[in-house]
Amino acid sequence: MHPALSVIFFTTATGAGYGLLTLLGLAAASGLVVPDRWLGFVALGLALTLITGGLLSSTLHLGHPERAWRALSQWRSSWLSREAVAAVVTYVPAGIFGIGWLVTGRVDGVIAIAAFAAAVGALVTVYTTGMIYASLKPVAQWHSRFTVPGYLIFAIMTGAVLLHALLLLFGNDARGAGTFAALAIAAGWLWKTATWRHNDQLTLSSSANSATGLKDGAVRSIEWPHTEENFVLKEMGYRIARKHAAKLRRLVHLLAFAVPLAAIAVALVAPHWLAVLAACLAVVAQAPGMVAERWLFFAEAKHAVTLYYGR
Amino acid sequence: MTSLPARTEKQLGLVIDLDTCVGCQACVTSCKSWNTSGHMAPLTDVRPYEDGADGVWFNRVHTYEQAANGASRTVHFPRSCLHCAEPACVTVCPTGASYKRESDGIVLVDEDKCIGCKLCSWACPYGAREYDTEVGVMKKCTLCVDRIYNQNLDEVDRVPACVAACPTGARHFGDLGDPQSPVSQLVAERDGVDLMPEMDYRPTNKYLPPRERSACNVSDAPALEPVAGGLLGWVDRMLSR
Repeated sequence: MHPALSVIFFTTATGAGYGLLTLLGLAAASGLVVPDRWLGFVALGLALTLITGGLLSSTLHLGHPERAWRALSQWRSSWLSREAVAAVVTYVPAGIFGIGWLVTGRVDGVIAIAAFAAAVGALVTVYTTGMIYASLKPVAQWHSRFTVPGYLIFAIMTGAVLLHALLLLFGNDARGAGTFAALAIAAGWLWKTATWRHNDQLTLSSSANSATGLKDGAVRSIEWPHTEENFVLKEMGYRIARKHAAKLRRLVHLLAFAVPLAAIAVALVAPHWLAVLAACLAVVAQAPGMVAERWLFFAEAKHAVTLYYGR
Repeated sequence: MTSLPARTEKQLGLVIDLDTCVGCQACVTSCKSWNTSGHMAPLTDVRPYEDGADGVWFNRVHTYEQAANGASRTVHFPRSCLHCAEPACVTVCPTGASYKRESDGIVLVDEDKCIGCKLCSWACPYGAREYDTEVGVMKKCTLCVDRIYNQNLDEVDRVPACVAACPTGARHFGDLGDPQSPVSQLVAERDGVDLMPEMDYRPTNKYLPPRERSACNVSDAPALEPVAGGLLGWVDRMLSR
């Protein structure tokens, strides 16, 4: 599948934003975070900026962005429509949570309920994003039990790394957040490794034989219907060089998982100034690591239509 | 609504005979010619006379070599929308632009509602949908919905443009939901198949596999039988020395 930058940015940015919103909502509602106004302003501001920026980027790649409101209508059948509805609905409790925190300096009562609802809404939105991909039968690497948990784990993981850095920047005790972030990174690392192993051993249920209905023997494409790449090949026929894929996977292991995990381990035991630096390093390393992970998620996915082209 | 009808009154579709298709591309050009001014018009071309030529087509003809049982043959393979009974391209549509008609099962796109998100093209394993980069909406085969019911055309012409154009009679149009229809009987007689049945999209269009051609697979000339008596017998004996 063609790795479009708008969709890569959309899924990684909203993933981190919703992950941060989930953890802030749960932590604030259960009193684990001191409701410091500046922390609330910056952390919720960052979460909502990532979410809104991602959503805007996803609408910009549409042929008709001005009609995007229509995407709220088909939630009965379409995971993309459900995602749009969940994203819009989540703004309501997130707004009450944020304004309540900033105005009152407390997260209790109605504000705590809104915080919890925002966390649930954020998780539901990430779940629907994963289901958009997991529901597509023609892409075997996506139509798998690894896809949806992957989206949820990576959202929580990137959100936890951001929250840990923010707590340290505002001088809070971040040992709990750091331990949680380290566990989330370990979970994400394991999950991605297992996903790649699964995909590498995948046997496709479709073949050139089933695609053409020619049941016997070997079916080989000897002539395409067109001499140049058409929409189908540009959009779904992307092929990644195996050499580049192996390099990029090593980069993901390093930047998305190994460096942030080591940095957070350092932050857990180091003096405050070093802990802040290490926590920020975890964020700065993980961002490009997750972009590379998402790029591979698209580039390594093979669409069944490529069988018609002998690919 | 992008929810699918529980059942459709008819299942209009095509039956494509891979035995008789000669890959002449007449269906391809006829389709383009009709539809570029039809229901989903225009079928935009981008840089048609330069490097990187691209454009929207509803029907594409591939060519394959099928090697089986020690012999091989060339198979021309027209590929277009199969108007599936379970089209995921419709259910994934977030806006209701894609729909399957309850009356005849045709899958269409309402261009005024399409936001151009392209998710429907990802959901189709058959590559039937092509995005129009100039108009910003998705386009697809309409089964010539603007021909088959068109009272301004002679009755004989009320078939899809690809069917009307085929010089070898490799394309057949009819109601595949009616087991008594000529197309359904043709499918039964020739063991017509679904493409990628494992996807469970239940395509309406069927493909008729090429017939067995055992005689063509023999590459050596047959051995001569001895001729007894007469002039031919004498010639045979002379040549066999």
